[in-house]
Amino acid sequence: MNFQLTKEQEFVRKLVRKFAETEVEPIAADIDKEHRFPTETVEKMARYGMLGVPIPKEYGGTGGDNLSYAITVEELSRVCGSTGVICSAHTSLCAWPLLAYGTEEQKQKYLIPVAKGEKLGAFGLTEPNAGTDAGGQQTRAVDKGDHWELNGAKVFITNGGYADVYIVMAMTDKAKGTRGGISAFIVEKDFEGFSIGKTEDKMGICASSTTELVFQNCIVPKENLLGQVGEGFKIAMSTLDGGRIGIASQALGIAQGAFDVTVEYMKSRKQFGKSLNKYQALQFEMAEMRTRIEAARLLIYNAADMKDKHLKYGPYSAMAKLYAAETAMYVTTKAVQFHGGYGYIKDYPVERMMRDAKITEIYEGTSEVQKMVVAADIFGK
Amino acid sequence: MALKIIVCAKQVPDTNEVKIDPVKNTLIREGVPSILNHDDANALEEALKVKDQYPDTHITVVTMGPPQAKDLLIECMAMGADEGILLSDRALGGSDTWATSNAIAAAARKIGDYDLIFAGRQAIDGDTAQVGPQVAEKLGLPQVTYVKEFAIDGKEITVKRALEDGYELIKIQLPCVLTAIKELNTPRYMSVGGIYDAVKADIKVWGAKELEIDLNTVGLDASPTNVFRSFTPAPKGKGIMLDKDTAEENAQALLEKLQEKYIIA
Repeated sequence: MNFQLTKEQEFVRKLVRKFAETEVEPIAADIDKEHRFPTETVEKMARYGMLGVPIPKEYGGTGGDNLSYAITVEELSRVCGSTGVICSAHTSLCAWPLLAYGTEEQKQKYLIPVAKGEKLGAFGLTEPNAGTDAGGQQTRAVDKGDHWELNGAKVFITNGGYADVYIVMAMTDKAKGTRGGISAFIVEKDFEGFSIGKTEDKMGICASSTTELVFQNCIVPKENLLGQVGEGFKIAMSTLDGGRIGIASQALGIAQGAFDVTVEYMKSRKQFGKSLNKYQALQFEMAEMRTRIEAARLLIYNAADMKDKHLKYGPYSAMAKLYAAETAMYVTTKAVQFHGGYGYIKDYPVERMMRDAKITEIYEGTSEVQKMVVAADIFGK
Repeated sequence: MALKIIVCAKQVPDTNEVKIDPVKNTLIREGVPSILNHDDANALEEALKVKDQYPDTHITVVTMGPPQAKDLLIECMAMGADEGILLSDRALGGSDTWATSNAIAAAARKIGDYDLIFAGRQAIDGDTAQVGPQVAEKLGLPQVTYVKEFAIDGKEITVKRALEDGYELIKIQLPCVLTAIKELNTPRYMSVGGIYDAVKADIKVWGAKELEIDLNTVGLDASPTNVFRSFTPAPKGKGIMLDKDTAEENAQALLEKLQEKYIIA
């Protein structure tokens, strides 16, 4: 096994770090405070290929691999967790299912502009009564002969309101239940009967958009069924397997960012006549934090590499997400503590990073759900 | 219009990170990241803007350095350059600006078909600002240094050349050599897709043999410049603060100090 990054991956890190430090970091505190979606950053990310990293060139992407994609999300999140999740949700949850399950016509029409970043993507599975328990879907899709008619609502949809293309799950045959009863659809923002509902007011990742999606007799063309009728659950679960690499990378980036600013802070902050980095108790805590960050990184890169090699990576991306999310909470909480009172105010970035870290333990499968995935791999379903 | 542009670039240590060994008086380069020299990035960006304007434009980046300078060419190609050529050979090692410009001029002659050579004003490690102008002299081409604005219309170029207290507006015909300063533009980033193409690209490596160059004109022995010593100038002492009660008194005290030192009569 070779743990060295390829030349391409090293250059991608160099590019995204420079981009993040120049274009994202200077506005990160403001867009968080103003709860402002950074449209200008999204346009720049598109220009430099950051919204289609693991998508082949013939479909508008860069021809990169999943590890380069993980590094992209990590480096963006190192300075801004909101910007990281915009990239992750777009790429993992919209571009990828279009690539994996789309017909050639669907790829031409939707994947190419999505992978180029000309159109932003989103994914709608969660409902008020169906989060992890995807089988409780109440959104219905009825075959009306020449089109599908969708009715229902989705909640907590990342990029909602800013996305142009939504991958939406809906029940097509309730009798068949989760497996076989759900289908996936490609919905454009301007489709008749589709609207954006409430925008959520969140604890963290405040510059990302999280909204309701509302379908009232929404007309979806027949050709916008993604995959086969009844394949929706499989599409959703395999999409989330990959999405977890993105969210794990977001968590890793947040942890690394908090760690890096804490290292600098400790060198400059003096108490009792010496700087904080001279205290062995604090040094040991930092060593523990760095060890966990590196462990999370290896889990994530391994899962991404397995995905690139078309191995069964689902349990590995679940382990990576579980561990990275908990590491992000652990590291950011310590980072705030080490900053003392300054850590609790918004003049220093660790306050934002701690708020941003929490969601990584919740969305795209809570930590408990990741354990269910891993346990199922151990004992069977 | 299909222009052919050569961009001269140099891989330099990130000088924000460089320290001088107090004993040996040499730069400590270990552990210091290498970067694309800032002014050279501006030169490349302007060439890329020409390519944005005339998509058939072909940009070749030439650099001289050790084998790892290939990374610099990958970076330039990931930004959008079409081709990279590395001049690398033990025979070229230790070249000063005179010897370096001999090698780069030889590379330009070998490339042969070009309309414009764009270089950065100077490199942040040596700060000589000599290589660009020397290349122009050796190729017998007109040159404009310190370019802060650039416009191209067919074969005619209009540039603003920065001066300390203003600028010169110059019209110049192709082919020519221009050196860029940071005011010229803001360099773009690499793109992810560009990285994947650039790493796979075939980067030519030319040594003294390929350049068909006289070995007496390149390398350390051929270099007329000898570095006698490098050192960090001692910091100046603290200035004298005048803190009399009134401006008049301060002015009077200043006058006396200046007369004391025979700066004014």
